[in-house]
Order: sequence, then structure tokens, then C-alpha cells
Amino acid sequence: MLLFIFGSIFKNTIAPGVTFSQYFVAGMIASGVVNSGFQQLAISIPMERDFGTLKRLRGTPMSPASYFIGKAILVTALTVIQIALLMGFGAALFGLSMPTSPEKWFRFLWLIIIGSACTTALGIAFSTVPKSGRGASAIVSPLVIILQFFSGVFFVFTQLPKWMQDFASIFPLKWLTQGMRSVFLPDSFMQQEVAKSWEVGKTAIILLVWTIIGIVFSIKKFKWANS
Amino acid sequence: MTPSAISIKGLTKKYNNRFAVDGIDLEIGYGEIFAILGPNGAGKTTTVEILEGYRKQDSGEVRVLGEDPGHLGDKTYSWRERIGIVLQSSGDAADLSVREVVHHFAKYYSKAKDPESVIAQTGLSEKADDKIRNLSGGQRRRLDVALGIIGSPELLFLDEPTTGFDPEARRAFWDLIRTLRDEGTTILLTTHYLDEAEALADRVAVISAGKIIEVSSPEKLGGRHMAQARITWLEGGKQHERFTSTPTADVAIISTRVGGEIPELQVIRPSLEDVYLKMIGEAP
Repeated sequence: MLLFIFGSIFKNTIAPGVTFSQYFVAGMIASGVVNSGFQQLAISIPMERDFGTLKRLRGTPMSPASYFIGKAILVTALTVIQIALLMGFGAALFGLSMPTSPEKWFRFLWLIIIGSACTTALGIAFSTVPKSGRGASAIVSPLVIILQFFSGVFFVFTQLPKWMQDFASIFPLKWLTQGMRSVFLPDSFMQQEVAKSWEVGKTAIILLVWTIIGIVFSIKKFKWANS
Repeated sequence: MTPSAISIKGLTKKYNNRFAVDGIDLEIGYGEIFAILGPNGAGKTTTVEILEGYRKQDSGEVRVLGEDPGHLGDKTYSWRERIGIVLQSSGDAADLSVREVVHHFAKYYSKAKDPESVIAQTGLSEKADDKIRNLSGGQRRRLDVALGIIGSPELLFLDEPTTGFDPEARRAFWDLIRTLRDEGTTILLTTHYLDEAEALADRVAVISAGKIIEVSSPEKLGGRHMAQARITWLEGGKQHERFTSTPTADVAIISTRVGGEIPELQVIRPSLEDVYLKMIGEAP
């Protein structure tokens, strides 16, 4: 929905050969990963906790690992579908060009894989915070939208105030959107980015660090039942 | 001495510096239906959750089917295979059918019963393809029981199972529980329905303020079977009341005195409710 609205409105060119629409679609693809992973799990897991589903599973011989693997598979499936749709519409309606080299396709692939792992781990970690399913919806959705604003999804990142850029750079979404831009936009656009380069290596490291933070936090804090 | 299915010695559990469970000893044998009766806040749910492995005790020795549920270690999954917990859940899996959920849960266990026979046994055959969101409360509880027994448990935990049931559904449910007991399942149930304790339980423990007041069979609870009967009647324009262990003889004496039929005669034996209320300190 957002894709259609924003993509149709902002058709101006922001750099030689690149329209805002293309910038935006790349950002939306990164957002798609966050949406299928983090947002989905941080809301659905507290709801499952409320329903008593988790407590019931805890009483069966099912190992917790199975539960989380199941979630990871769910997230992967949703992510793949979302991205396929975004890429399809992006290409058809907004001139998104597909990655131009095997290297870029490979980068796209690991960005999705590590990005999904990262948002899944963070989603599971964050699910320990809300006290109820309804509380979760109320917290998580606004949080994600605010983060999207800061991270250069709805506006060109470099046009945001510096303090916002610095703040956003702590979190993985800014790096994921930058990574997606490096895959879909021509390399000439690099000059427009903050560090004048795609910073692919740094992106990978930051995503991995957040994934580990998410995993550690989940292991320590995951609750199967509300006390 | 035959081992107990459940053995509890000196169990305590504190919340916010208050004893929810204040020193409980209990032995529950294999193959019996055991009821824990008590008011809300008495510690029944905490005790049962400790037995189910959802909480750890503060002190005391707990053995369920030979293992300590709070410290299972590598026996965790083999222990969970042997128990069944009937939980109340609302709203989850609303779009799945009864059949789908029962078949799904069967896969968690290595010795699962045949899902179709469990569906039949819990009286859900007609509703097997209905979505869970379309089940009534009573049917939902039957599904909870199905999920509790699908793994062929040796021990089944039921927490206030018939809350909200109409009398007919209640009795049908009791039949189901009795069938399970006849198949050899040990059953631990918590309830605040006295008629349920009386109908189902081989033995009852009354719990209040974190302590066990008494454990005995429903007929003998509180010395009920030997307690005095209460006779009330109308004589000389006034209501009379008398407690006696020999009601028959007393009625004969009164009858002779009034010369025949005794007006508004009632001979009342203490009900389980009377005994229970007295035990938990709520009787006048």
C-alpha cells in the first residue's frame, strides 16, 4: 500500500539516473524484511503467550528449538513472498532495475538471509517485553514506523538531520536499507550516501552483531507464560 | 511400599514474601483420581503448577513419576512424554479444525494415541472438521482434554476442568474422566465444585491458606460419616434443633412425645459442603 502511495507521488529524480521511487522501493524491500521478521514475531509471540499456546507447548515433549526453527521458517516464507511482490511491482511500475551482476545478486541473497536472521532474533527478543498481545501491537507498530522514518525509508537518508542519521545508524534498518540500495541502484549513486560508499562490510558486521544481541537476549529472557 | 505417582514433602513457595504454599506433604498413588479442593488463593494452582513443571519450589522434595519436575535436566523430554496437562486456552489456533490440531499434537509424542480415537473418546467426532473458533465452551474444554491425553500419559493434570459447564455436560465429562481412570491413568484434579470432588475422587485433599487441612475419601472427610446429624422440627409453636449421633432413636422419642407425626421434621446429615466450609473456616 505504502509502496503505491509514496512511489507514485515522489517520481522526481534525486541523482543522475535514479528516481526517488527506486530509492523508496529499495527501502521498502528492507522494510519488508523487518516487517516479516521483527514486527510479525514481536506481536504474534506475545499473542500466543496470552492464548496459552506457549504454555501448552511447554508441557509437551516439543523442544524449544523446534518452536523457534518453525518461526524462522515462517519468517523466511513471508519474507520471500513480500520481497518477490515488492520487486515485481517495483520493476513493473516504478522502474526498479534488477541487480546487475552476479556479485550483486549474491549480496542481495546474504542481505536477505542475515537481515532475516537479525530481525527474527530481535523479534523473539522483543517479544519478552510487552505484557500482553494487545500491548504488543500498540508498542511495536509505531516503533517500526518511527524507525523507518529515521532510517531513510520514506525520505532520502542523507537529507535527514545529522543527529537523526547518527541515531539511526545504531540500528540495523538503516544499514539494511543502504545494503538494498547497493543492490538495486547503480553504483554511481554511492556518492550520495553518507560515507560516499556502500559500506557493505560494515553493514554485514552490524547486522551480525544485532543478530547475536537478539539471540543472547532471547535465551536469557524468553517466557512461555505470563506469570 | 509401592511407589507413589506423586510424592510431596515439605513443599513451600513464596511470592512477595507471602507463603503461597506453606509446607505441604502429599502422597498420590498410581491409578487413583485425587482431587485438591480449596478456595481461590489457597495455593492449589501454585502447587499444581509446581507438579506440572511450570514453577520451581522454594523448598521441599517433589517427585512426580519419580522425577523432580523443577530439576529434570536431560530427563525433561522423556518426563513430559509421560504426563498430560489439560490447560484452558482461548482463541488460539482459531482457524484450525479440531482434527488438524489433535493430529498435530500427536506428533509431539513418541507413544501417541490414535488421534481419531481420541477425538471419538472426547465426544468431538461430530465437530472434528469444524474450526476451533466455532466450538462452544464445553467443546473447547473437550478439545483441551483431547490434547492432554493424546500422548497416552500415565498422569493427567486437570485444573478446574468443568468451570462453566451445564449439569449435563458435567456428567458426561465425569464419565470421560472415569473412563480414563479405568484405563489406568492417574488423575490429579483441582476443583472448587464439591459435587465434582464427591463424584470423581477416590481421595480428596482440602487446602486452605497454603496448607493441607485434611486428606481422606469424600465420604469420610471431616469425620463426616460419623458426625452428628441435625434434627429440626416444630413443637409447641417453636422451631427446635438438636444434634445427635442417634437420630433414629431421638426421632422415635420425639414422635412419642408429640403423639404421632412430627411437624416439619428434618433429619440432616452434614454435606460435603458443610464439612468443607467448616474446614476452610468459612462456616458461621
